[in-house]
Amino acid sequence: MVDLSSQLLQLLFSGLTLGSIYALIALALVTTFNITGVLNLAQGEFVALGALLAASLFAAGLPLPLVFILTVAGVAILGGLVERSAIYPARGASSMTLIIITIGLSISLRGLALLVWGTDPLLLPAFSSGGPILIGGAAINPQSLWIFGLTAVTLAMLFAFFELTYLGKAVRACEINRTAARLVGINPGAMSLLAFAGSGAIGAAAGIFIAPLTLATYDMGFMLGVKGFVAAVIGGMNNVGGAVLGGFILGVLEIYSAGLVSSGLKDAVALLVLLAVLLIRPEGLVGVIAGRKV
Amino acid sequence: MLKVSGLEVYHGWVQALRGISFSITEGEMVAVLGANGAGKSTLLGALAGLHRPKNGDITLNGQSLSGRAPEYIVRQGVSLVPERREIFSSMTVYDNLLLGAYHRYRSSKDEVIMDIKKIFDLFPALVGREAHTAGTLSGGLQQMLAIGRGLMARPRLLLLDEPSIGLAPLVAREIMSTLSALKKTGVTIILVEQNTAAALKVADRALIMERGQIVLSGGTDEMMGNERVQQAYLGRARMAQPAVVL
Repeated sequence: MVDLSSQLLQLLFSGLTLGSIYALIALALVTTFNITGVLNLAQGEFVALGALLAASLFAAGLPLPLVFILTVAGVAILGGLVERSAIYPARGASSMTLIIITIGLSISLRGLALLVWGTDPLLLPAFSSGGPILIGGAAINPQSLWIFGLTAVTLAMLFAFFELTYLGKAVRACEINRTAARLVGINPGAMSLLAFAGSGAIGAAAGIFIAPLTLATYDMGFMLGVKGFVAAVIGGMNNVGGAVLGGFILGVLEIYSAGLVSSGLKDAVALLVLLAVLLIRPEGLVGVIAGRKV
Repeated sequence: MLKVSGLEVYHGWVQALRGISFSITEGEMVAVLGANGAGKSTLLGALAGLHRPKNGDITLNGQSLSGRAPEYIVRQGVSLVPERREIFSSMTVYDNLLLGAYHRYRSSKDEVIMDIKKIFDLFPALVGREAHTAGTLSGGLQQMLAIGRGLMARPRLLLLDEPSIGLAPLVAREIMSTLSALKKTGVTIILVEQNTAAALKVADRALIMERGQIVLSGGTDEMMGNERVQQAYLGRARMAQPAVVL
Protein backbone atom coordinates (compact mmCIF):
# COMPACT_ATOMS: atom_id res chain seq x y z
CA MET A 1 0.00 0.00 0.00
CA VAL A 2 1.39 3.36 -1.04
CA ASP A 3 1.17 5.92 1.73
CA LEU A 4 -0.56 9.22 1.15
CA SER A 5 2.53 11.42 1.27
CA SER A 6 4.36 9.49 -1.43
CA GLN A 7 1.18 9.41 -3.48
CA LEU A 8 0.91 13.19 -3.15
CA LEU A 9 4.54 13.53 -4.17
CA GLN A 10 3.94 11.26 -7.13
CA LEU A 11 1.04 13.41 -8.24
CA LEU A 12 3.12 16.53 -7.74
CA PHE A 13 5.78 15.21 -10.13
CA SER A 14 3.15 14.39 -12.74
CA GLY A 15 1.55 17.79 -12.21
CA LEU A 16 4.82 19.61 -12.65
CA THR A 17 5.60 17.64 -15.82
CA LEU A 18 2.24 18.53 -17.30
CA GLY A 19 2.67 22.08 -15.98
CA SER A 20 6.01 22.45 -17.80
CA ILE A 21 4.30 21.77 -21.10
CA TYR A 22 1.52 24.23 -20.35
CA ALA A 23 4.16 26.71 -19.30
CA LEU A 24 6.00 26.42 -22.63
CA ILE A 25 2.79 26.87 -24.61
CA ALA A 26 1.72 29.77 -22.39
CA LEU A 27 4.99 31.59 -22.76
CA ALA A 28 4.86 31.29 -26.54
CA LEU A 29 1.28 32.63 -26.43
CA VAL A 30 2.15 35.53 -24.15
CA THR A 31 5.23 36.55 -26.14
CA THR A 32 3.27 36.57 -29.40
CA PHE A 33 0.31 38.34 -27.81
CA ASN A 34 2.41 41.16 -26.42
CA ILE A 35 4.35 41.74 -29.61
CA THR A 36 1.56 41.42 -32.14
CA GLY A 37 -1.64 41.84 -30.13
CA VAL A 38 -2.74 38.53 -31.62
CA LEU A 39 -3.98 35.78 -29.33
CA ASN A 40 -2.77 32.78 -31.31
CA LEU A 41 -5.25 30.00 -30.64
CA ALA A 42 -3.37 27.83 -33.14
CA GLN A 43 -0.40 27.59 -30.78
CA GLY A 44 -1.43 24.07 -29.72
CA GLU A 45 -1.27 22.94 -33.36
CA PHE A 46 2.42 23.86 -33.48
CA VAL A 47 2.90 21.39 -30.61
CA ALA A 48 1.00 18.67 -32.44
CA LEU A 49 2.87 19.30 -35.69
CA GLY A 50 6.17 19.15 -33.81
CA ALA A 51 5.27 15.79 -32.26
CA LEU A 52 3.99 14.32 -35.53
CA LEU A 53 6.83 15.54 -37.69
CA ALA A 54 9.41 14.32 -35.17
CA ALA A 55 7.79 10.87 -34.97
CA SER A 56 7.82 10.58 -38.78
CA LEU A 57 11.41 11.73 -39.13
CA PHE A 58 12.49 9.34 -36.39
CA ALA A 59 10.61 6.49 -38.06
CA ALA A 60 12.50 7.37 -41.26
CA GLY A 61 15.68 6.49 -39.41
CA LEU A 62 17.16 9.89 -38.55
CA PRO A 63 19.01 10.21 -35.23
CA LEU A 64 17.10 11.99 -32.45
CA PRO A 65 19.24 15.17 -32.25
CA LEU A 66 18.85 15.70 -36.01
CA VAL A 67 15.12 14.98 -35.72
CA PHE A 68 14.91 17.71 -33.06
CA ILE A 69 16.77 20.30 -35.14
CA LEU A 70 14.86 19.59 -38.36
CA THR A 71 11.47 19.56 -36.63
CA VAL A 72 12.05 22.77 -34.70
CA ALA A 73 13.34 24.53 -37.81
CA GLY A 74 10.50 23.14 -39.93
CA VAL A 75 7.71 24.25 -37.59
CA ALA A 76 9.42 27.63 -37.07
CA ILE A 77 9.32 28.16 -40.84
CA LEU A 78 5.70 27.05 -40.87
CA GLY A 79 4.97 29.56 -38.07
CA GLY A 80 6.52 32.28 -40.22
CA LEU A 81 4.53 31.21 -43.28
CA VAL A 82 1.33 31.20 -41.26
CA GLU A 83 2.07 34.75 -40.05
CA ARG A 84 2.82 36.04 -43.56
CA SER A 85 -0.18 34.36 -45.18
CA ALA A 86 -2.90 34.83 -42.56
CA ILE A 87 -1.91 37.36 -39.90
CA TYR A 88 0.14 39.97 -41.77
CA PRO A 89 -2.47 40.68 -44.47
CA ALA A 90 -5.03 41.33 -41.69
CA ARG A 91 -2.70 43.38 -39.47
CA GLY A 92 -5.03 46.36 -39.30
CA ALA A 93 -8.05 44.26 -38.31
CA SER A 94 -9.71 44.18 -34.89
CA SER A 95 -8.46 41.76 -32.28
CA MET A 96 -11.69 39.77 -32.60
CA THR A 97 -11.07 39.27 -36.32
CA LEU A 98 -7.51 38.19 -35.62
CA ILE A 99 -8.63 35.68 -32.99
CA ILE A 100 -11.13 34.21 -35.44
CA ILE A 101 -8.35 33.96 -38.02
CA THR A 102 -6.23 31.98 -35.55
CA ILE A 103 -9.18 29.68 -34.82
CA GLY A 104 -9.44 29.10 -38.57
CA LEU A 105 -5.72 28.43 -38.70
CA SER A 106 -6.03 25.94 -35.88
CA ILE A 107 -8.77 24.02 -37.70
CA SER A 108 -6.86 24.12 -41.00
CA LEU A 109 -3.59 22.93 -39.47
CA ARG A 110 -5.40 20.11 -37.67
CA GLY A 111 -7.08 19.12 -40.95
CA LEU A 112 -3.73 19.19 -42.69
CA ALA A 113 -2.22 16.98 -39.99
CA LEU A 114 -5.12 14.55 -40.34
CA LEU A 115 -4.56 14.36 -44.11
CA VAL A 116 -0.82 13.82 -43.80
CA TRP A 117 -0.59 11.59 -40.74
CA GLY A 118 -4.04 10.00 -40.40
CA THR A 119 -5.73 9.17 -37.10
CA ASP A 120 -3.33 6.56 -35.77
CA PRO A 121 -1.10 7.71 -32.93
CA LEU A 122 2.61 7.79 -33.73
CA LEU A 123 5.35 6.77 -31.38
CA LEU A 124 8.53 8.55 -30.42
CA PRO A 125 10.80 6.70 -27.97
CA ALA A 126 11.87 8.20 -24.66
CA PHE A 127 15.11 10.21 -24.93
CA SER A 128 16.98 8.20 -22.32
CA SER A 129 16.63 4.56 -21.44
CA GLY A 130 16.31 3.26 -17.90
CA GLY A 131 13.44 3.02 -15.48
CA PRO A 132 11.84 5.67 -13.33
CA ILE A 133 13.95 7.45 -10.73
CA LEU A 134 12.69 7.05 -7.15
CA ILE A 135 12.56 10.17 -5.01
CA GLY A 136 10.93 10.01 -1.55
CA GLY A 137 8.83 7.00 -2.42
CA ALA A 138 7.60 8.54 -5.65
CA ALA A 139 8.74 7.55 -9.11
CA ILE A 140 9.71 10.18 -11.64
CA ASN A 141 9.90 9.35 -15.30
CA PRO A 142 13.24 10.37 -16.88
CA GLN A 143 11.29 11.95 -19.75
CA SER A 144 9.76 14.34 -17.18
CA LEU A 145 13.26 15.49 -16.32
CA TRP A 146 13.89 16.14 -20.01
CA ILE A 147 10.73 18.24 -20.10
CA PHE A 148 11.79 20.26 -17.01
CA GLY A 149 15.15 20.74 -18.67
CA LEU A 150 13.55 21.98 -21.88
CA THR A 151 11.43 24.48 -19.97
CA ALA A 152 14.47 25.75 -18.07
CA VAL A 153 16.60 26.04 -21.21
CA THR A 154 13.82 27.76 -23.15
CA LEU A 155 13.32 30.27 -20.35
CA ALA A 156 17.05 30.93 -20.11
CA MET A 157 17.32 31.40 -23.87
CA LEU A 158 14.35 33.76 -23.97
CA PHE A 159 15.79 35.73 -21.06
CA ALA A 160 19.16 36.02 -22.79
CA PHE A 161 17.51 37.02 -26.05
CA PHE A 162 15.29 39.72 -24.54
CA GLU A 163 17.82 41.12 -22.07
CA LEU A 164 21.17 40.78 -23.80
CA THR A 165 20.67 41.09 -27.56
CA TYR A 166 19.86 44.25 -29.48
CA LEU A 167 17.21 42.48 -31.55
CA GLY A 168 15.65 41.14 -28.35
CA LYS A 169 15.48 44.67 -26.96
CA ALA A 170 13.80 45.84 -30.15
CA VAL A 171 11.23 43.06 -29.80
CA ARG A 172 10.60 44.11 -26.19
CA ALA A 173 10.28 47.74 -27.25
CA CYS A 174 7.58 46.62 -29.66
CA GLU A 175 5.87 44.79 -26.81
CA ILE A 176 5.99 47.77 -24.47
CA ASN A 177 4.85 50.46 -26.89
CA ARG A 178 4.27 49.65 -30.51
CA THR A 179 3.77 53.24 -31.64
CA ALA A 180 6.97 54.42 -29.99
CA ALA A 181 8.80 51.43 -31.46
CA ARG A 182 7.67 52.40 -34.95
CA LEU A 183 8.79 55.98 -34.32
CA VAL A 184 12.36 54.82 -33.69
CA GLY A 185 12.26 52.76 -36.88
CA ILE A 186 11.36 49.28 -35.61
CA ASN A 187 9.19 47.47 -38.14
CA PRO A 188 6.41 45.71 -36.20
CA GLY A 189 5.76 43.43 -39.18
CA ALA A 190 9.25 41.96 -38.88
CA MET A 191 8.82 41.53 -35.13
CA SER A 192 5.49 39.78 -35.68
CA LEU A 193 7.13 37.37 -38.14
CA LEU A 194 9.85 36.68 -35.60
CA ALA A 195 7.28 36.09 -32.83
CA PHE A 196 5.33 33.55 -34.89
CA ALA A 197 8.46 31.73 -36.04
CA GLY A 198 9.68 31.69 -32.42
CA SER A 199 6.40 30.32 -31.10
CA GLY A 200 6.47 27.71 -33.83
CA ALA A 201 9.92 26.66 -32.61
CA ILE A 202 8.90 26.59 -28.93
CA GLY A 203 5.68 24.70 -29.73
CA ALA A 204 7.55 22.13 -31.82
CA ALA A 205 10.15 21.58 -29.09
CA ALA A 206 7.36 21.03 -26.54
CA GLY A 207 5.68 18.57 -28.91
CA ILE A 208 8.86 16.56 -29.43
CA PHE A 209 9.48 16.33 -25.68
CA ILE A 210 5.97 15.21 -24.71
CA ALA A 211 5.48 12.78 -27.60
CA PRO A 212 7.26 9.93 -25.75
CA LEU A 213 4.77 10.34 -22.88
CA THR A 214 1.53 10.98 -24.73
CA LEU A 215 2.10 9.63 -28.27
CA ALA A 216 1.66 11.97 -31.23
CA THR A 217 -1.82 12.41 -32.67
CA TYR A 218 -3.23 14.93 -35.14
CA ASP A 219 -5.72 16.27 -32.59
CA MET A 220 -3.47 16.54 -29.52
CA GLY A 221 -2.91 20.26 -30.05
CA PHE A 222 -6.32 21.75 -29.40
CA MET A 223 -6.63 20.92 -25.71
CA LEU A 224 -2.97 21.79 -25.12
CA GLY A 225 -3.58 25.19 -26.72
CA VAL A 226 -6.59 25.78 -24.47
CA LYS A 227 -4.58 24.80 -21.38
CA GLY A 228 -1.73 27.05 -22.44
CA PHE A 229 -4.21 29.88 -22.81
CA VAL A 230 -5.63 29.26 -19.32
CA ALA A 231 -2.09 29.24 -17.92
CA ALA A 232 -1.36 32.54 -19.68
CA VAL A 233 -4.55 34.08 -18.26
CA ILE A 234 -3.60 32.90 -14.76
CA GLY A 235 -0.28 34.65 -15.25
CA GLY A 236 -1.89 37.84 -16.52
CA MET A 237 -1.25 37.68 -20.29
CA ASN A 238 1.55 40.23 -20.16
CA ASN A 239 4.15 38.45 -18.15
CA VAL A 240 6.36 35.57 -19.26
CA GLY A 241 7.24 34.63 -15.68
CA GLY A 242 3.55 34.68 -14.80
CA ALA A 243 2.73 32.43 -17.75
CA VAL A 244 5.26 29.86 -16.58
CA LEU A 245 3.93 29.99 -13.02
CA GLY A 246 0.38 29.74 -14.39
CA GLY A 247 1.38 26.62 -16.33
CA PHE A 248 2.75 24.91 -13.23
CA ILE A 249 -0.26 25.90 -11.10
CA LEU A 250 -2.67 24.55 -13.70
CA GLY A 251 -0.71 21.32 -14.23
CA VAL A 252 -0.56 20.55 -10.53
CA LEU A 253 -4.22 21.45 -9.95
CA GLU A 254 -5.32 19.22 -12.81
CA ILE A 255 -3.33 16.21 -11.68
CA TYR A 256 -4.36 16.56 -8.04
CA SER A 257 -8.04 16.85 -8.89
CA ALA A 258 -7.77 13.94 -11.32
CA GLY A 259 -5.77 11.81 -8.90
CA LEU A 260 -7.56 12.61 -5.65
CA VAL A 261 -11.12 13.26 -6.80
CA SER A 262 -11.98 11.94 -10.23
CA SER A 263 -10.06 11.66 -13.46
CA GLY A 264 -13.06 13.10 -15.28
CA LEU A 265 -12.33 16.43 -13.57
CA LYS A 266 -9.00 16.96 -15.33
CA ASP A 267 -10.17 19.16 -18.20
CA ALA A 268 -13.02 20.73 -16.26
CA VAL A 269 -10.54 22.09 -13.72
CA ALA A 270 -8.77 24.17 -16.37
CA LEU A 271 -11.99 25.83 -17.45
CA LEU A 272 -13.11 26.37 -13.84
CA VAL A 273 -9.78 28.01 -13.08
CA LEU A 274 -10.17 30.19 -16.20
CA LEU A 275 -13.63 31.32 -15.07
CA ALA A 276 -12.46 31.93 -11.52
CA VAL A 277 -9.46 34.02 -12.59
CA LEU A 278 -11.51 36.05 -15.07
CA LEU A 279 -14.21 36.73 -12.48
CA ILE A 280 -12.05 37.39 -9.45
CA ARG A 281 -8.75 38.67 -10.78
CA PRO A 282 -8.86 39.35 -14.51
CA GLU A 283 -5.44 41.02 -14.44
CA GLY A 284 -3.91 37.65 -13.51
CA LEU A 285 -2.19 36.45 -10.38
CA VAL A 286 1.23 37.90 -11.08
CA GLY A 287 0.48 40.77 -13.41
CA VAL A 288 0.46 43.33 -10.66
CA ILE A 289 3.08 41.90 -8.33
CA ALA A 290 5.73 41.57 -11.00
CA GLY A 291 4.75 44.74 -12.84
CA ARG A 292 7.50 44.22 -15.36
CA LYS A 293 7.06 42.46 -18.64
CA VAL A 294 9.36 39.64 -19.84
CA MET B 1 13.65 71.47 -46.60
CA LEU B 2 10.11 70.48 -45.58
CA LYS B 3 7.19 71.38 -47.76
CA VAL B 4 3.62 70.60 -46.81
CA SER B 5 0.85 71.36 -49.27
CA GLY B 6 -2.90 70.96 -49.02
CA LEU B 7 -2.62 68.38 -46.25
CA GLU B 8 -5.92 66.83 -45.18
CA VAL B 9 -6.24 64.19 -42.47
CA TYR B 10 -9.37 62.52 -41.16
CA HIS B 11 -9.95 60.69 -37.88
CA GLY B 12 -12.82 58.47 -38.99
CA TRP B 13 -15.48 60.90 -40.18
CA VAL B 14 -13.97 63.90 -38.50
CA GLN B 15 -11.68 66.07 -40.54
CA ALA B 16 -8.73 66.95 -38.31
CA LEU B 17 -6.56 68.85 -40.83
CA ARG B 18 -8.06 71.05 -43.54
CA GLY B 19 -5.69 71.99 -46.30
CA ILE B 20 -2.54 72.70 -44.31
CA SER B 21 0.28 74.25 -46.33
CA PHE B 22 3.59 75.61 -45.13
CA SER B 23 7.28 75.13 -45.65
CA ILE B 24 10.32 75.21 -43.44
CA THR B 25 13.91 75.96 -44.31
CA GLU B 26 16.95 74.19 -42.91
CA GLY B 27 17.90 75.15 -39.34
CA GLU B 28 14.65 76.92 -38.52
CA MET B 29 12.60 76.39 -35.38
CA VAL B 30 8.89 76.75 -36.01
CA ALA B 31 6.34 76.78 -33.21
CA VAL B 32 2.87 75.42 -33.90
CA LEU B 33 0.40 76.98 -31.50
CA GLY B 34 -3.29 76.66 -30.89
CA ALA B 35 -5.97 75.46 -28.52
CA ASN B 36 -6.69 71.84 -27.65
CA GLY B 37 -8.17 70.01 -30.59
CA ALA B 38 -6.86 72.49 -33.15
CA GLY B 39 -5.03 69.67 -34.95
CA LYS B 40 -1.46 70.36 -33.81
CA SER B 41 -0.67 66.82 -32.70
CA THR B 42 -2.40 65.41 -35.76
CA LEU B 43 -0.15 67.55 -37.92
CA LEU B 44 2.98 66.19 -36.26
CA GLY B 45 1.54 62.65 -36.40
CA ALA B 46 0.92 63.05 -40.13
CA LEU B 47 4.46 64.32 -40.70
CA ALA B 48 5.86 61.32 -38.79
CA GLY B 49 3.66 58.82 -40.61
CA LEU B 50 1.27 57.97 -37.77
CA HIS B 51 -1.72 59.40 -39.64
CA ARG B 52 -2.23 58.75 -43.32
CA PRO B 53 -3.23 61.92 -45.18
CA LYS B 54 -6.29 61.73 -47.39
CA ASN B 55 -5.08 64.56 -49.59
CA GLY B 56 -2.04 66.72 -49.95
CA ASP B 57 1.66 66.14 -50.00
CA ILE B 58 4.59 66.20 -47.60
CA THR B 59 8.06 66.41 -49.10
CA LEU B 60 11.41 66.45 -47.36
CA ASN B 61 14.17 67.82 -49.60
CA GLY B 62 12.04 67.00 -52.62
CA GLN B 63 11.27 63.45 -51.54
CA SER B 64 7.64 62.60 -50.85
CA LEU B 65 6.85 61.26 -47.37
CA SER B 66 3.06 61.25 -47.46
CA GLY B 67 1.46 57.90 -46.77
CA ARG B 68 4.78 56.30 -45.78
CA ALA B 69 5.13 54.26 -42.58
CA PRO B 70 6.73 55.83 -39.47
CA GLU B 71 9.60 53.34 -39.58
CA TYR B 72 10.39 54.55 -43.10
CA ILE B 73 10.07 58.23 -42.30
CA VAL B 74 12.47 58.09 -39.35
CA ARG B 75 15.08 56.62 -41.70
CA GLN B 76 14.68 59.70 -43.90
CA GLY B 77 15.63 61.90 -40.97
CA VAL B 78 12.32 62.93 -39.39
CA SER B 79 12.05 62.06 -35.70
CA LEU B 80 8.94 62.62 -33.58
CA VAL B 81 9.07 63.01 -29.81
CA PRO B 82 5.44 62.21 -29.11
CA GLU B 83 3.07 63.76 -26.63
CA ARG B 84 3.08 61.94 -23.27
CA ARG B 85 6.69 60.94 -24.08
CA GLU B 86 5.92 57.27 -24.91
CA ILE B 87 9.24 56.04 -23.62
CA PHE B 88 9.88 52.30 -23.20
CA SER B 89 8.95 52.47 -19.55
CA SER B 90 10.13 49.06 -18.35
CA MET B 91 13.52 49.35 -20.05
CA THR B 92 16.58 51.17 -18.81
CA VAL B 93 17.44 54.74 -19.74
CA TYR B 94 20.46 53.48 -21.67
CA ASP B 95 18.43 50.93 -23.66
CA ASN B 96 15.85 53.58 -24.52
CA LEU B 97 18.61 55.71 -26.03
CA LEU B 98 20.20 52.72 -27.74
CA LEU B 99 16.89 51.84 -29.40
CA GLY B 100 16.49 55.44 -30.53
CA ALA B 101 19.27 54.66 -33.02
CA TYR B 102 17.59 51.46 -34.23
CA HIS B 103 17.86 52.16 -37.93
CA ARG B 104 21.61 52.79 -37.86
CA TYR B 105 22.79 50.64 -34.95
CA ARG B 106 24.05 47.76 -37.06
CA SER B 107 26.01 49.87 -39.50
CA SER B 108 27.58 52.27 -37.02
CA LYS B 109 27.70 50.86 -33.52
CA ASP B 110 30.63 52.98 -32.31
CA GLU B 111 29.03 56.13 -33.58
CA VAL B 112 25.84 55.26 -31.70
CA ILE B 113 27.75 54.78 -28.45
CA MET B 114 29.41 58.20 -28.99
CA ASP B 115 26.03 59.76 -29.64
CA ILE B 116 24.67 58.41 -26.36
CA LYS B 117 27.52 60.24 -24.60
CA LYS B 118 26.46 63.43 -26.40
CA ILE B 119 22.89 63.00 -25.16
CA PHE B 120 24.19 62.80 -21.59
CA ASP B 121 26.18 66.00 -22.24
CA LEU B 122 23.02 67.67 -23.49
CA PHE B 123 20.98 66.47 -20.48
CA PRO B 124 23.38 66.26 -17.53
CA ALA B 125 20.41 65.47 -15.26
CA LEU B 126 20.31 61.99 -16.84
CA VAL B 127 23.93 61.22 -15.95
CA GLY B 128 24.18 58.45 -13.36
CA ARG B 129 20.74 57.13 -14.26
CA GLU B 130 21.80 55.02 -17.23
CA ALA B 131 20.70 51.79 -15.57
CA HIS B 132 17.50 53.20 -14.03
CA THR B 133 14.20 51.88 -15.33
CA ALA B 134 12.82 54.67 -17.49
CA GLY B 135 9.31 54.46 -16.02
CA THR B 136 10.64 55.33 -12.55
CA LEU B 137 12.06 58.69 -13.66
CA SER B 138 10.32 61.98 -12.88
CA GLY B 139 8.24 63.58 -15.61
CA GLY B 140 10.99 66.06 -16.48
CA LEU B 141 13.66 63.40 -16.78
CA GLN B 142 11.32 61.24 -18.87
CA GLN B 143 10.82 64.18 -21.21
CA MET B 144 14.58 64.66 -21.49
CA LEU B 145 14.93 60.96 -22.21
CA ALA B 146 12.21 61.12 -24.85
CA ILE B 147 13.95 64.04 -26.58
CA GLY B 148 17.27 62.23 -26.24
CA ARG B 149 15.80 59.13 -27.82
CA GLY B 150 14.39 61.23 -30.64
CA LEU B 151 17.82 62.77 -31.24
CA MET B 152 19.50 59.36 -31.31
CA ALA B 153 17.95 58.87 -34.76
CA ARG B 154 20.18 61.80 -35.88
CA PRO B 155 17.20 63.63 -37.33
CA ARG B 156 17.42 66.46 -39.82
CA LEU B 157 13.95 67.45 -38.68
CA LEU B 158 12.89 67.01 -35.06
CA LEU B 159 9.19 67.12 -34.23
CA LEU B 160 8.35 67.88 -30.60
CA ASP B 161 4.83 67.46 -29.28
CA GLU B 162 4.17 69.45 -26.11
CA PRO B 163 7.54 68.87 -24.43
CA SER B 164 6.67 71.09 -21.46
CA ILE B 165 3.25 69.64 -20.67
CA GLY B 166 2.75 68.57 -17.08
CA LEU B 167 6.20 69.72 -15.98
CA ALA B 168 7.16 72.08 -13.19
CA PRO B 169 7.89 75.58 -14.60
CA LEU B 170 11.57 75.34 -13.74
CA VAL B 171 11.95 72.01 -15.54
CA ALA B 172 9.93 73.26 -18.50
CA ARG B 173 12.28 76.25 -18.76
CA GLU B 174 15.29 73.94 -18.68
CA ILE B 175 13.85 71.90 -21.53
CA MET B 176 13.14 75.03 -23.56
CA SER B 177 16.67 76.28 -23.10
CA THR B 178 17.99 72.90 -24.24
CA LEU B 179 15.88 73.32 -27.36
CA SER B 180 17.56 76.66 -28.03
CA ALA B 181 20.92 74.95 -27.66
CA LEU B 182 19.82 72.21 -30.03
CA LYS B 183 18.72 74.72 -32.61
CA LYS B 184 22.21 76.19 -32.60
CA THR B 185 23.59 72.79 -33.62
CA GLY B 186 21.62 73.10 -36.85
CA VAL B 187 18.70 70.75 -36.23
CA THR B 188 15.46 71.92 -37.80
CA ILE B 189 12.66 71.79 -35.23
CA ILE B 190 8.88 71.93 -35.27
CA LEU B 191 7.63 72.59 -31.76
CA VAL B 192 4.00 72.09 -30.79
CA GLU B 193 3.24 73.86 -27.55
CA GLN B 194 0.36 74.99 -25.39
CA ASN B 195 2.72 77.25 -23.51
CA THR B 196 2.61 79.99 -26.14
CA ALA B 197 4.86 82.45 -24.36
CA ALA B 198 7.65 79.92 -23.87
CA ALA B 199 7.39 78.69 -27.45
CA LEU B 200 7.48 82.18 -28.93
CA LYS B 201 10.59 82.90 -26.92
CA VAL B 202 12.64 80.07 -28.46
CA ALA B 203 11.18 79.75 -31.98
CA ASP B 204 11.95 81.78 -35.12
CA ARG B 205 8.51 81.56 -36.57
CA ALA B 206 5.05 80.47 -35.46
CA LEU B 207 1.99 78.97 -37.09
CA ILE B 208 -1.31 79.32 -35.31
CA MET B 209 -3.87 76.60 -35.86
CA GLU B 210 -7.60 76.66 -35.28
CA ARG B 211 -10.00 73.86 -36.19
CA GLY B 212 -7.51 72.08 -38.40
CA GLN B 213 -6.36 75.12 -40.34
CA ILE B 214 -3.46 77.52 -40.15
CA VAL B 215 -5.07 80.85 -39.36
CA LEU B 216 -2.00 82.96 -38.78
CA SER B 217 1.70 82.66 -39.39
CA GLY B 218 4.71 84.87 -39.07
CA GLY B 219 7.91 85.67 -37.20
CA THR B 220 7.75 85.31 -33.45
CA ASP B 221 8.33 89.00 -32.74
CA GLU B 222 5.46 89.87 -35.01
CA MET B 223 3.30 87.26 -33.24
CA MET B 224 4.15 88.60 -29.81
CA GLY B 225 2.88 91.97 -30.91
CA ASN B 226 -0.24 90.62 -32.59
CA GLU B 227 -3.33 91.59 -30.68
CA ARG B 228 -5.22 88.43 -31.56
CA VAL B 229 -2.37 86.24 -30.36
CA GLN B 230 -2.06 88.24 -27.18
CA GLN B 231 -5.73 87.92 -26.41
CA ALA B 232 -6.22 84.29 -27.31
CA TYR B 233 -2.92 82.71 -26.36
CA LEU B 234 -0.89 84.97 -24.14
CA GLY B 235 -3.70 85.67 -21.71
CA ARG B 236 -3.43 89.43 -21.95
CA ALA B 237 -6.82 91.12 -21.89
CA ARG B 238 -7.38 94.05 -24.21
CA MET B 239 -8.05 96.31 -21.24
CA ALA B 240 -4.70 95.54 -19.72
CA GLN B 241 -2.85 96.69 -22.81
CA PRO B 242 -2.83 100.49 -22.40
CA ALA B 243 0.02 101.48 -20.19
CA VAL B 244 -2.05 102.80 -17.41
CA VAL B 245 0.39 102.68 -14.61
CA LEU B 246 -1.28 103.53 -11.41
